[in-house]
Amino acid sequence: MADFGGSDLDAFRTEARDWIEANFPKSLKGKGGMMMREERSEPTPDMHAWRKAMGEKGWGVPTWPTQYGGGGLTPAHARIIQQELGRVGAYNPIGGMGVMMFGPTLLEYGTEAQKQQHIPPIVKGELQWCQGFSEPGAGSDLASLQTRAEDKGDHYIVNGQKIWTSGAQWAQWCFCLVRTDTTKKHEGISFVLFPMDTPGVEVRPIPLIAGNSPFCETFLTDVRVEKDQVVGPVNGGWTVAKRLLQHERSGLSGAGGGGGGGRSLVKLAKDYVGTDEAGRLADTDLRTRVIMNEIDGRAFQLTAMRAMAESKANSGPSAATSIMKNAGTRWMQDRAELTIELMGHQGLGWEGDDFTAEELGAVRSWLGGKATTIYGGSQEVQNNIISKRILGLPDPK
Amino acid sequence: MAVLNEEQTMLRDAAKSWVQEKSPVTAFRKMRDSGVELGYDANAWNEMAEMGWAGVIIPEEYGGSDFGYLSMGLILEETGRTLTASPLLASGLAAASALVLGGSDAQKSEWLPKIAGGEVVGALAVDEGAHHAPEKVALKAEKSGSGYKLSGSKSFVLEGMAAGLLIVSARTSGKPGDTDGITLFLVPGDAKGVNRKRLHLADSRGAANITFDGVEVGEDAVLGEVDKGYPLLEKTLDRARAGLCAEMLGSAVQAFEITLDYLKVRVQFGQVIGSFQALQHRAAKMFTDLELARSAVEAALQAIDADTPDVPELVSLAKAKMGDVFHLVSNEMVQMHGGIGMTDAHDAGFYMKRARAAEAAFGNQGYHRDRYARIQGY
Repeated sequence: MADFGGSDLDAFRTEARDWIEANFPKSLKGKGGMMMREERSEPTPDMHAWRKAMGEKGWGVPTWPTQYGGGGLTPAHARIIQQELGRVGAYNPIGGMGVMMFGPTLLEYGTEAQKQQHIPPIVKGELQWCQGFSEPGAGSDLASLQTRAEDKGDHYIVNGQKIWTSGAQWAQWCFCLVRTDTTKKHEGISFVLFPMDTPGVEVRPIPLIAGNSPFCETFLTDVRVEKDQVVGPVNGGWTVAKRLLQHERSGLSGAGGGGGGGRSLVKLAKDYVGTDEAGRLADTDLRTRVIMNEIDGRAFQLTAMRAMAESKANSGPSAATSIMKNAGTRWMQDRAELTIELMGHQGLGWEGDDFTAEELGAVRSWLGGKATTIYGGSQEVQNNIISKRILGLPDPK
Repeated sequence: MAVLNEEQTMLRDAAKSWVQEKSPVTAFRKMRDSGVELGYDANAWNEMAEMGWAGVIIPEEYGGSDFGYLSMGLILEETGRTLTASPLLASGLAAASALVLGGSDAQKSEWLPKIAGGEVVGALAVDEGAHHAPEKVALKAEKSGSGYKLSGSKSFVLEGMAAGLLIVSARTSGKPGDTDGITLFLVPGDAKGVNRKRLHLADSRGAANITFDGVEVGEDAVLGEVDKGYPLLEKTLDRARAGLCAEMLGSAVQAFEITLDYLKVRVQFGQVIGSFQALQHRAAKMFTDLELARSAVEAALQAIDADTPDVPELVSLAKAKMGDVFHLVSNEMVQMHGGIGMTDAHDAGFYMKRARAAEAAFGNQGYHRDRYARIQGY
């Protein structure tokens, strides 16, 4: 990537500011989080226009190469776009699994034809992808997956069952792990792509403890997959999958969980439990635990900043990256527990007008957030990875 | 590890190799066994001073190198690894900070070059009870002729036995607990009426209780403003706390690495105990916590160098987090070593004793959690 000096960045900031000013519909101001959810159903004309503008500009994925429609910019430029969006209450409408994990993986491992076919629709936000990895018998031990792909000469026929295929009910395409060799474990897996409307693909949403959820089970019955839709070598899919999981984990450390709504934990605590004459939270036991959570959150943010500075300076990932998923999810789950606790019985409402939207949201976030230490490599799997790869501790006999 | 510039990298590497060659934990053990009054090895301190370490935060015009607090933290992290006992924190960081921040030109000229050269050890005489409480100052300073007369006592003065210069918080008005009415004084260690008593603490470092029996000082002994010394004291303490955090980080990382090495060699049930998932996950938790603590400690030191307004909250964040993590790691060090960790012949006990003393110094976790919240208005 080109080396830009400070004055180039200043000029770019002006350009970004002007462009956002000219293209971002004012009606969407401050509605980023909500939009991402509502987009599932009915995008308004303004939402549609904003996604189209950002997609054509390539700024939804500012660091991806221009030949596939990306912004072709440096991380420094990307940060400026993010800052300028935040400054006016705008948001990046291009997201999802295609942007977060599949796109970066395909750019690294895909053929030229695969990149030409799949990257531009992701850049424009036209296509949603879902992930066919886990199976009922292959969760933390993902490589034990059983979904079979039989070689039929010019194509494969796939049979099996996938679970936790998030967003499968909205996705148009699936990236999927299948077994192409039953005699080996890791070396018998291939990474394949197919459209979700292929005959034999059946999706059933799974209701979770938090109520409705984006998680599904997906049944694959004699599904035809073209041979040019294998990413990486046949039987070499595990390597591709591991890289994709790295992208997934770095994305997940900052997602999900959370407290109730947008207000800070401290502000909520002040409102619900009150303060003493010195302005301290009146419940001293709760106060200590709120402080510890605030401290953990701040230390987590500082670590994210340090990891970014280190990987920039050393042009490689920092060791701090390995702790991010567990540290981030632990902090957010604690925060969600504190949020419903400080709300008391008001923090246990399931539905109805006896509860505020914030209270109802806190309950759903608390429940939904429990998934964050299970998916994307459970907390225990993360600890295994740190133990083995970073600390060099051996496998048991 | 923060991104370092060339001069910081050189300083860190020099500290690392000196500590490994000249000051391994066996040197600390020897010092402890010798029962030396000072609580550190004077020869080792001379070598540290010759390398310029005592002057790292002192401006060049006063004989220092002005490399800043992150640089000082890098040295303290290395000396912390082997529990090196020295007045570097009390003198080169804490006392030097008080003078740099609040000293007149004359005071700086008189004391800073000697501190930078290691000829004089400076020390903060702040607390008067068992718990850190810098506003609870009862020690009185009364007008006397053209100067002041100091009467009272100070407790747990780090490097109090070695101190040739005491920076004393005294009450010039108001009552204990008031932040107004506190004045800082520069008191030479050999002033008449200064009496010290060595404290034998579990961590074997140099600490003393000091009484001031009508100690006479001139008006020029006032550091900063009369009655308005508390903000200067807080700024000084925040620098001392951040430096102590860096030392604690080094000690905790070393304690963890020693423990990790042990998990890879100790065999039970026919395999190394590090292959057991119950221990692996506790090790992974410690590694995670150490990474979080490092971020907080480095951010506090960098904030001091940049002189940003969030120094107090970042320092309290660092001291609270670092204290918890050193506490955990030092306990796990003893537990994971089993019986050998309980013996005096093993170093594990040194790290655990040092952890508790460092946690208590300049405010323990409870103190800094409360302060972090108060700064943010809850």
